[in-house]
Amino acid sequence: MPVAEVQSEEESRMEQADPKEISLWKDAFSRIVKSKTSLLGLIIITLLIIIAIFAPLIAPYHPIDDGSVIDRYQPPSGEHWLGTDALGRDIFSRIVHGARISIQIGVIAVGISAVVGILLGGISGYLGRWVDMIVMRFIDILMAFPSILLAIAMVAVMGRSLTNAMIAVGIVGVPQFARIVRSTVLSVKEKEFVEAARATGVKNGRILFRHVLPNCMAPIIVQTTLSIGTAILDAAGLSFLGLGAQGATPEWGAMLKAGVDALQTAPWVVMFPGLAILLVVLGFNLLGDGLRDALDPRLRQ
Amino acid sequence: MTTLLEVNNLKKHFPIKGGGIIPRKVGAVKAVDGVSFKVRKGETLGLVGESGCGKSTTGRSILNLINPSEGEVLYKGQDISKLKGEKLRKLRQDIQIIFQDPYASLNPRMTVEQIIEEPMKAFNIPKKERAEKVEYFLNKVGLSSYHKHRYPHQFSGGQRQRIGIARALTVNPELIICDEPVSALDVSIQAQVVNLMEDLQKEFDLTYIFIAHDLSVVHHISDRVAVMYLGEIVEVGEVDELYSNPKHPYTQALLSAIPEANPHKKKERIMLEGDLPSPSNPPEGCKFHTRCPFAEEQCRVKHPDLKSVAAGDHQAACHLVKEVVEEPV
Repeated sequence: MPVAEVQSEEESRMEQADPKEISLWKDAFSRIVKSKTSLLGLIIITLLIIIAIFAPLIAPYHPIDDGSVIDRYQPPSGEHWLGTDALGRDIFSRIVHGARISIQIGVIAVGISAVVGILLGGISGYLGRWVDMIVMRFIDILMAFPSILLAIAMVAVMGRSLTNAMIAVGIVGVPQFARIVRSTVLSVKEKEFVEAARATGVKNGRILFRHVLPNCMAPIIVQTTLSIGTAILDAAGLSFLGLGAQGATPEWGAMLKAGVDALQTAPWVVMFPGLAILLVVLGFNLLGDGLRDALDPRLRQ
Repeated sequence: MTTLLEVNNLKKHFPIKGGGIIPRKVGAVKAVDGVSFKVRKGETLGLVGESGCGKSTTGRSILNLINPSEGEVLYKGQDISKLKGEKLRKLRQDIQIIFQDPYASLNPRMTVEQIIEEPMKAFNIPKKERAEKVEYFLNKVGLSSYHKHRYPHQFSGGQRQRIGIARALTVNPELIICDEPVSALDVSIQAQVVNLMEDLQKEFDLTYIFIAHDLSVVHHISDRVAVMYLGEIVEVGEVDELYSNPKHPYTQALLSAIPEANPHKKKERIMLEGDLPSPSNPPEGCKFHTRCPFAEEQCRVKHPDLKSVAAGDHQAACHLVKEVVEEPV
């Protein structure tokens, strides 16, 4: 066969070369939509984000300023869809605004866990030897404490505030990221293209950040999604204990705490923020599980 | 011709660690066990042998991608096997490698342009020159400059291997270690890539160490061939001399396994008995004696060294072949 012909044959084969990999995310998306549970998760999260963005438009009342004590503990009605709390504030409006805080908590706390965890796990997995030994023992120490207890201890030391609660929840989430990233790095760094980079004189830092870590994205994204749910739950827990959001902030955990006293006479004050937490955490967990399945290379044809 | 690379008594033993809390070394896989050879400037040295005989480990040890356990690798007279850190990195400009699997050796998340300019970035070549060189080398390896924004998965195996070759060329290396560069490709593409490599060798004055298990490809591209068995070189010589006049029984068996295009031609196939012994526990004496049809008592006891067996620097490590001392010219 003449060379030109072979070339063109090769060319045509290339044109039909599978476009699957490039649409990894498209493919993952279609998988998520196909599975009912993960689609439910996706819908809940999308709703949450929409509500958070348009909170002032959706909420009929101001979450803090509107309401008088005269209207306290109103049961759900046409005027106050989810009733009012001890100070007569509209619970629906407070939950809607609380969505913003929850997203903020989720993003910031998980951002801290992810950045620190990816750095620690990446360095420890890539360099190995004594660095790995030291970093992973440090991670083991963090993991030895029950996470919520560790978070409580940290907030107690740093002072009670929503910011400190987010930092504490973020630090508590570091070990999970570090371990997942480390194990993925351990497998990716043995790939031939990493060896090729070393052979062409690329420096270690660049190999780690340009070659190894970008190829560890799938498990990191799954872990991020799952962690946001846990982070929201943990932060709500801290707020419930009075260690997170202070005062009138419409944070769901703090709202739970405020309603505990009237649990028997006005259960809606506790019920609806609780349901909101439940729904959002469920949503992130369902989506995270769905993503894990969708990004699993063994399931991709 | 001057000697570009000299490998002396290179050894790579991978430790086998036992279980338990404190891992103890309980043995070693002798992947490369005392290999010595010379590569002259501008030539292609073929390195052949069956799977697991240490060909690739030899190649990677030369590059110091794997630390050799023992021995020296002299590149232009300098021992490079003990280089570390920045000195080792600088050396990467001179010695490059082309990998076997074109699917695994390109980062799936980088475009062709990023892949090819990566080595130049590592050696601080300015941006403008990098861009020019990417186009230049893409054209040199038979791809077009519009390919540079694509990702590796959009190419076929042969094209990916061309990208790998372009990447190796960008820093003007003198020596390229080709680790089975065509064995993962279709036969029709193999010839193209091998011819491309030959053209590039002429144009850029390259020296190749060509690792392969396909004897006909090695015959085509090599000037000299070294045959490896269980981590040792058993025979080395000029390609035509070695293929027409193999001295070591292992080489004879290997060569008899090449399929013949003419079905009427009678050929005597030498069948080797048994399996390749474990490199963690190689046989005493001549390592080949367990499978050699001609093995004698001395083969089980004494380890043969490489010795001249015919004119033209043809050496073999076998007790049964008579040493031929060449008259000094």
